Amino acid sequence: MAEVALTGVGKVYPDGTRAVTDLNLTIADGEFLVLVGPSGCGKTTALRMVAGLEDISEGTVTIADREVNRVPARDRDVAMVFQSYALYPHLSVRDNIGFGLSLRRIPKAEIREKVDKAAQTLGLTEHLSRKPRNLSGGQRQRVAMGRAIVREPQAFLMDEPLSNLDAKLRVQMRAEIARIQRDLGVTTVYVTHDQTEAMTLGDRVAVMKKGHLQQVAAPQELYDRPANLFVAGFIGSPAMNLLQGRLTGDAEDPRIEVGGQTLAVPGRVLRERPALAAYLGRDLVVGIRPEDMEDSELAAAGAGGGASLTSTADLVEAMGSDVLVHFAVEAAQVVTEDTKELARDAGTDVLGHLEAPRTDLVARFSPRTRVKVGDPVTIQVDTGRLHFFDIETGASIWESAAGSPREDEV
Amino acid sequence: MSTAGTQAGTAADAPRPGAGSAAGAPRRSVVARVVGRVGGGAVQAVLAVIALFWLVPTFGLLIASLRSNEDNNGGGWWQVFSKPSQLTFQSYSALLDKSDFVDSFWNTVLITVPATTLVVVIASLAAYAFAWLEFPGRDWLFLLVVALLVVPVQLGLIPVAKLYGQIDFGGFKMAGSITGVVLFHVAFGLPFAIFLLRNFFAAIPRDLLEAARMDGGSEWTIFRRVVFPLGGPAIASLGIFQFLWVWNDLLVALVFADPSSQPMTQWLQSQMRQFTGNIDVLAPGAFLSLIIPLVVFFAFQRYFVQGVLAGSVK
Repeated sequence: MAEVALTGVGKVYPDGTRAVTDLNLTIADGEFLVLVGPSGCGKTTALRMVAGLEDISEGTVTIADREVNRVPARDRDVAMVFQSYALYPHLSVRDNIGFGLSLRRIPKAEIREKVDKAAQTLGLTEHLSRKPRNLSGGQRQRVAMGRAIVREPQAFLMDEPLSNLDAKLRVQMRAEIARIQRDLGVTTVYVTHDQTEAMTLGDRVAVMKKGHLQQVAAPQELYDRPANLFVAGFIGSPAMNLLQGRLTGDAEDPRIEVGGQTLAVPGRVLRERPALAAYLGRDLVVGIRPEDMEDSELAAAGAGGGASLTSTADLVEAMGSDVLVHFAVEAAQVVTEDTKELARDAGTDVLGHLEAPRTDLVARFSPRTRVKVGDPVTIQVDTGRLHFFDIETGASIWESAAGSPREDEV
Repeated sequence: MSTAGTQAGTAADAPRPGAGSAAGAPRRSVVARVVGRVGGGAVQAVLAVIALFWLVPTFGLLIASLRSNEDNNGGGWWQVFSKPSQLTFQSYSALLDKSDFVDSFWNTVLITVPATTLVVVIASLAAYAFAWLEFPGRDWLFLLVVALLVVPVQLGLIPVAKLYGQIDFGGFKMAGSITGVVLFHVAFGLPFAIFLLRNFFAAIPRDLLEAARMDGGSEWTIFRRVVFPLGGPAIASLGIFQFLWVWNDLLVALVFADPSSQPMTQWLQSQMRQFTGNIDVLAPGAFLSLIIPLVVFFAFQRYFVQGVLAGSVK
């Protein structure tokens, strides 16, 4: 168990491709840190540099206060769980789990004892003599975990360990990983592209984009106070609605104009965000979480004042616990480098409807709503919980003009 | 064949394609599809006929080796069905009493075993390096090895013979020695062996080697405890190929072996007479030289297990 620290870490491949740039992260002893981001954001590369499977081009990596840049993987005393599990097919489950110990020339009896203990933790006891090919996906995943925990390493590194499992098993194994990590208290770096995994597992979550760290924070803080457009759009499902708007009115009675409609904003919003005053009369990006919108027929009368949008329901998805209503407003889409990256990750193409000033929004309504497809709908917006971003830099607008409270340094 | 291209491809994205090919239900092989279409019974009938064609001469040889010279000269081996009393081990005991035959048998063993072992050991180490170690000029070197595949043995006979003629370490003459024959076989066996094993090793998912590295394995440990066991089927087939090739070789022995180091094939060849029949020598000799490779084949055959990688990744 140890602290893992990355200082100014960068990775440049021999062909000149830059995968990671100036990554600064400190993972405290026993902490569970999740690295999350779209594919190709450099999160796996960062993890592999900590593991020692990838050379470190720039900066330093320290594990337990020891610089490990030149230390080969086998001497770093960290264990890794691979996406593919990478079980040794010619060895039984017992030998797979005990492989690392046997390479360290630990007495056979001791290996046996440790493997038995790990197998018990993971519920693998009756499978110890089987070969990996005779195991189910979930069991293989457990063996891969067992191989890591039996070594009692300084840190666990996990590279999308759940992405090969089906949805149900994934939820189950997610809980199990959280439990095991908490019981053992081992420093863990966990890479995933799944923001649900990131939110549920991480003590802190680090969001990466194109090799750059965007924000490191506790999951709830990441959700409530995203540092920039990218984090705002990446964390949360359905994603935060982003649209261009204009801040008008004055400090006492601010309003947001989006697509010809006006939303009254409580004065405290400006008081909480001193930097926002500078944007009065200017265009900015407004972010609305789906759950901050409600069918105005259901919302307590007068709660949001005049803060409502009107539109037509394009699509209504009943999820049981809530209803997702898709609608459009005639506000310009936010097209920045961040939103392009988000669209690329989601597999959609923002450029398609660039011409028309029209943005699709998703609202999470109470299941009691009676809105149907094609119905005109009035959406009550909780304007006290809006998010604001600079339209040029994409940075979140908070206290100071600089805006983004980056939490790189801990 | 662009080896350099294949090489770069496997090195860069080995984990994903490797994972893909190793997991999931294997595609039905060509043979399986043909069998499915034609019907199992018909295929088996054809196979039985082919097997019979191959087995009858062998069986004839076995019977001939178990009959006396006079009986063999008196009629074909099938007469044994009417006169089973002809069968005798006399030819074998006579043959095994000939010290030059026994010597040639041991010479064959002394040539084949080291030539096979050396090729397997050297080729698997080289193949591991070509597949998984990064060193400058690796792809060019591998290309060179592949190019050596097309060099025929005959091309090497004269230069190597001249070279051997000059090697004389204080009384040990390379020309005519068993060592010389072994070295020649190793040299000409290696290109194919390295090529075969390198391609097999390169198909091992990269994750497996990295997992072993994380588990604390050095290159040597990874080779010995992960790659070598996983390469079992390829190494077993290579071993059998090499063994058969060297065991049955006559040409190399004729050029490089002197009478004291001649293998069985050469001895048998020297027993050939043009006009008088000495089948009582040739038949048991040939059968003995045939039975050993068969034993080796069946001993290794259990390693040809398909799907050894199943379950490792995914």
